[in-house]
Amino acid sequence: MIISVASGKGGTGKTTIAVNLALTLAETEPVCLMDCDVEEPNAHLFLKPVLEGRAKVTVPVPVVNEEKCTGCGRCGEICAFNAILPLGKHVLTFPELCHGCGGCTLLCPTGAIREEPLEIGVVEWGRAGAISHIHGKLKIGSPLAPPVVKAVKNHKQNMPEDIISIIDAPPGTSCPVVASVSGSDFCLLVTEPTPFGLHDLTLAVDMVSELQVPFGVVINRAGLGNGTLVDYCKAENIHILAEIPFDRRYAACYAKGGRLIEEFPEVKKAFQDLWHEICATAERV
Amino acid sequence: MKIAITAQDKNLDADFDPRFGRCKYFVIVDLDTEEHRVEQNEGTTALGGAGIKSAQFLAGCEVSAVITGHVGPNASRALEAAGIKVFVMDSGTVRGAITAYKEGTLTQVSGATTDSHTGLNMS
Repeated sequence: MIISVASGKGGTGKTTIAVNLALTLAETEPVCLMDCDVEEPNAHLFLKPVLEGRAKVTVPVPVVNEEKCTGCGRCGEICAFNAILPLGKHVLTFPELCHGCGGCTLLCPTGAIREEPLEIGVVEWGRAGAISHIHGKLKIGSPLAPPVVKAVKNHKQNMPEDIISIIDAPPGTSCPVVASVSGSDFCLLVTEPTPFGLHDLTLAVDMVSELQVPFGVVINRAGLGNGTLVDYCKAENIHILAEIPFDRRYAACYAKGGRLIEEFPEVKKAFQDLWHEICATAERV
Repeated sequence: MKIAITAQDKNLDADFDPRFGRCKYFVIVDLDTEEHRVEQNEGTTALGGAGIKSAQFLAGCEVSAVITGHVGPNASRALEAAGIKVFVMDSGTVRGAITAYKEGTLTQVSGATTDSHTGLNMS
């Protein structure tokens, strides 16, 4: 089973929910936590895993042999990102814009284009107690997060099949988030009862609906703001799976890199209940 | 010879557009015949590499120089490879840009004058 943890708004508590759910489940089940927020992975700050391996993530970018080029221009026509610019028989490439689709190489009639790997990030894996941990790190300056996200998810092939995977997604609703959430069996949308939390939740709901991933909402910092978030969920028939109260002690624990379920028994109970709600909701859809 | 001016509208009295890759229009002027034509910039809708796309378009129009506000690193590389000179100004009309070019009062630049994606944040 794959459960992704996403949100529209940043800073709502995705990592808190993902890490504490993983810790709760790890007491009885095999669990893997995949941190797909490759621009700023932070689950390791709480899990403190011992890393066992790392692999480079690359995309294939074009290299042009101008001696073979006939200046037909097809490479430039196919590229949606303008990463290759044919000016007659002089062809410029912009590797940092390339998404590695291979279209230019495929279309070149004279075989003047070959591909070279461009490193855009790394995947690292290891263990934190009973939890398997995988995370990706996008290379600074590289704008292309989805291949690193996919590499993190692909690494799960090395895990036992019955493992429960929890994916900590990036914030927002853009390509890296879609790459993280796609293929999940269930998605937790973490939000907070503020106007920003509600606004960005509606975007996230649209995204997971489009992806046809069953989902439910976790309200973090419950007790803040007003009731419009709950009203929205009721009106849209969205299941609220759990509410984590707004509590200064929780914030202090988080700020120290602590684990909520180990310090607060009521939070542990909330995560056990959350897991039952996920299973019950996933069965209904 | 032909020059291009980045423009916010389709006539000579329109304000010039300080964006290069994401400008609305290119006014292309033939300095020998004094004729001009207006082209919509397809770079405005590019998923990425708008400046590269715009440079490619201008190369196809066989312009020798472009007058704009800023060029980013990718646009600059593409324009240089295409042999298109870059002149910059701060504000004014398309007509004013042409006059200033003829009088030789514009600044020619080589290399980027700004970071990537500047034009995306100026709309």
